[in-house]
This record gives sequence, structure tokens and C-alpha cells, in this order.
Amino acid sequence: MAMLEIKDLEVFYGVIQAIKGISFKVNEGEVVALIGANGAGKTTILQTITGLLSPKKGNIIFEGQELTKIPAHKIVSLGMAHVPEGRRVFAQFTVYQNLLMGAYTRKDKNEIEASLAAVYKRFPRLEERKNQIAGTLSGGEQQMLAMGRALMSKPRIILMDEPSMGLSPILVNEIFDIIQSVSASGTTVLLVEQNAKKALSIADRAYVLETGKIVQEGKAEALLNDDSIKKAYLGE
Amino acid sequence: MSFISYLKDGISLGSIYAIIALGYTMVYGIAKMLNFAHGDVIMVGAFVILAAITKAGLSPLLSIILAVVLCTVLGITIEMVAYRPLRKASSNLAVLITAIGVSYLLQNVALLVFGADAKSFVTVINVPTLVLFDGQLTIKGITIVTIAACIIIMCGLTLFVNKTKPGHAMKAVSEDRDAAQLMGVNVNSTISLTFAIGSGLAAIAGLLLCSAYPTLTPYTGAMPGIKAFVAAVFGGIGSIPGAMIGGILLGVIEIFGKAYISSQVADAIVFAVLIIVLLVKPTGLFGKNVQEKV
Repeated sequence: MAMLEIKDLEVFYGVIQAIKGISFKVNEGEVVALIGANGAGKTTILQTITGLLSPKKGNIIFEGQELTKIPAHKIVSLGMAHVPEGRRVFAQFTVYQNLLMGAYTRKDKNEIEASLAAVYKRFPRLEERKNQIAGTLSGGEQQMLAMGRALMSKPRIILMDEPSMGLSPILVNEIFDIIQSVSASGTTVLLVEQNAKKALSIADRAYVLETGKIVQEGKAEALLNDDSIKKAYLGE
Repeated sequence: MSFISYLKDGISLGSIYAIIALGYTMVYGIAKMLNFAHGDVIMVGAFVILAAITKAGLSPLLSIILAVVLCTVLGITIEMVAYRPLRKASSNLAVLITAIGVSYLLQNVALLVFGADAKSFVTVINVPTLVLFDGQLTIKGITIVTIAACIIIMCGLTLFVNKTKPGHAMKAVSEDRDAAQLMGVNVNSTISLTFAIGSGLAAIAGLLLCSAYPTLTPYTGAMPGIKAFVAAVFGGIGSIPGAMIGGILLGVIEIFGKAYISSQVADAIVFAVLIIVLLVKPTGLFGKNVQEKV
């Protein structure tokens, strides 16, 4: 059974339909990428999964539970974390306070400390800057903070929205290395990216979105070598 | 000595504005709305205390507790019934107009229940007058209590917001509502909590206001409410220390205006100050510069 299954999802902004009946699934342990141009509906899908938007139709089933009936604030404690587009760190909080917000629903102090140590180990730069105000971090550091904050909830699946946006090529590589290591440590990843080449290079499977519909799907490797994908998304 | 005496009166009045302004500023910071009914909750609190003492014969302390509890419940109810359904409305004006409507509703219900004639408020706070410098400076008990209450509330709120989990949730919601939800913060209950705190403080403000100026009508809360709003904007709306400093400065300006310029234009001076502050520093004294990221 799939860990996360989306069935016939339809989402509207007022009268405009952004998502026009989408179905896909993510199996445990996979890295699944949703790729597509600006406006294809990638962010809308992630925001609907974590309850920030409500679908007009369709089901979102996570480990057997229907998420569309669960309020947004209860989803993180089910084991699903969302790294939103544009990082959305709490700019007035320190790095440390941001990370603690990530563990907001957790109670056990020792376990939170252990997660904090693990995040600092993965992102040494966050530990160096733990007392710095998050708004003064660079874009790459904010992305790391947003990821670290999501990991603080000890998720079984992590949804990442455009983690490479606005970063230099070196930082993009660094961020993708981190995503791979998060995946290697056993967390399932659903990745939304405009940088299709990078996303396909680390994903197991991928879905290609065009104006609210899935137009192609398959193994990431196969899509990397697909002529139409190459033309439309890889710039080759 | 009269200068110091005026200053003390100004700080005392300003302390009341500050307590009211805290309610305005917290609700604005977290729910992103101006609750224009906030001033009228003060009047409700004062009427509850008056009725509890004169009609029900409760002790002053019990009456104050009752007023705080009732105003807290009133604040939560107003938010749930009138504002929450409009939270996703396309225009912020809808909730602003509703707040004005709630303000008139409270005034008119009070008019219906208590009548239009001014009631004189009872003495609730019995603290002896402090006489200093061989009688050259006297400080009334209520002045001491008001300033002390203001300081305690300010410190308590600052500690609450910075040191407790619900406080952190409030700060997170005020910064980024969606991101806070992704962390597991219940935005609705955080906003309810904010209204609860603001309205509970309004009851205290009602007590202090009517103890210092002991006449009570259904419109008693309106003018102090507006001035506290000015104080909150003056200090930088959304900022807790801003509301505090803004409130006290406004009280001092008002009393000095009355004493040295003219008691008739004192209110005009208060609003002129707001206009000048907004022209010079649109975000207020402690306001954050909100930079919209594209």
C-alpha cells in the first residue's frame, strides 16, 4: 500500500480551477518529484496535502487516514512535515527558536534535544548561528533552517517545495545532497521542483504537471532520457 | 511642583491607555484586524463591577474577578461569532466594519440594560494617599495602583509571550499564519487566546479608568478606546513595548495639553500627535518595517 495516495484531486481558487483531477502516490522510502513549469499547480498540491488549502473534490490518504477531513495544524503530528516555498522561516525568531517551533507538537524534552543535536549535526552552520535572528540568514542558510525545522517534527514523510529556488548552483548541489541524505536516513520525500534536471537526478519516480494535470509519469531515469521531457524541461 | 504633579497624572492616565492599547496591539499583531469594539469591552467591565457591588453585594475583589471572567468570555464570543466567519473574506474592510458594528451593539445593549444617565462609580480600590515633600506633592492611591498594575501587566505579558509555549505560538502566528499551522499551531485557538487576554485586560482598564474618573455611561469606553488605538499606532501597532510607551506618552501629552495649552483642545492635540507621528515615522515608534518579499 502506498504511504501517501492522492486520488482525483481538484482544487479551485475562487472560480479558477488550479488542479484538474490529479492522482498519484508516494511509496514508503521513495523520493518522488513533481516537476513542471511555473503555474502548473505544484505548490497548490502540496498546500492541499498539508491542509493549507481545501480541495473541492478528491481524497488524500496518508497511511490509511483521510487528510482532507483533518485540520492543517493536526497534520504535522501524524508524521508529515512541509518545507514551504520561499522557506517561510520565522524571521524575528532566532535559529534555535525556529527549530524549537518545528518540534511544537512534541512533548518529550529529551527526544527534542536528541532531534536538535541531529539537526545540528546535519547542518553545522545552523549550530554556529543558533542565536542569530533567522531573517538575517542568507537564502541558503534559511533553506537549511526550513529543512531543519521540518526535521524537528520527526517526520516519516517530508514535502519540499522548490528548495533550490533563488540559490547559487553550488548551494543547489548542497541542498540536493542534503535531500538525498534525508532520504537515505529513512524519510520519504515528495519534492516539488522547477529545476527538473536536478530533481530527476535524485528522484526514484516523477510526475510531470502541466496546468493542473499530470501529463507524464514514470521512473526518473526514464524521464531524464525522454525526448519530449528533454525538450520541454531540461533545455536540451 | 505642579509640573511633577501633572506628569504623575499623565503617567497614570497613560497607564490606563497603555493597558487598553495592549489589547488593540496584540489582536492586531496576531489576528491582523483592528478590534474597534475593544473600547466598549472596558465599559462592560466597569458596569459589571458596579452592578456586582451595588446590586449583588459582592466584595470588590470578587466583583473584579467576575468582570475579568465575563469580559474574557465576551471577547472570545465576539471573535467567534462576529470575526471568525469573516477571516477568509476577500476584503479586510468586512471585518473592520463588523468591529464597528459590534462596538455600537455593545453600547446600545448597555443603554438598554443600564439606561443613558451617568452612574457614579463606587470606590473599589482603597489605597491611602501618599503625601510627599511636606504636602507639596500628593499621590492618590488609585494613581499608585494604576501605574503598578500597568507595570505588572507589561512584565507579565512580555514574559508570557517570550517564555511560554502559547506565547511562542502567538508570535509565530503573528509572523506567518500558514507556517505556524505547518508547525502544528492551532491558529483559531491562538487567536481566541489573544482576544481572551485583551478583553480580560480591558476589564482591568475599566476598573482603573472608572476609579480615576468615576462616572460611567454606555459611551465611557469609546473615547479611551480610540485614544488607546492612537497610542498603539503611535508606539507601533503589533508591538507590546510600543503600546506601553505609546500609551504613557499619550497620557502625558494629553494632561500637559490640558494644563499648559487648553483643556478644550487637549483631545485635538492627541490626534495631532498621531498625524505627526504617522507623517514622520509611518510604522510608529517601535513599529517593524514590513518588507514584502517578492
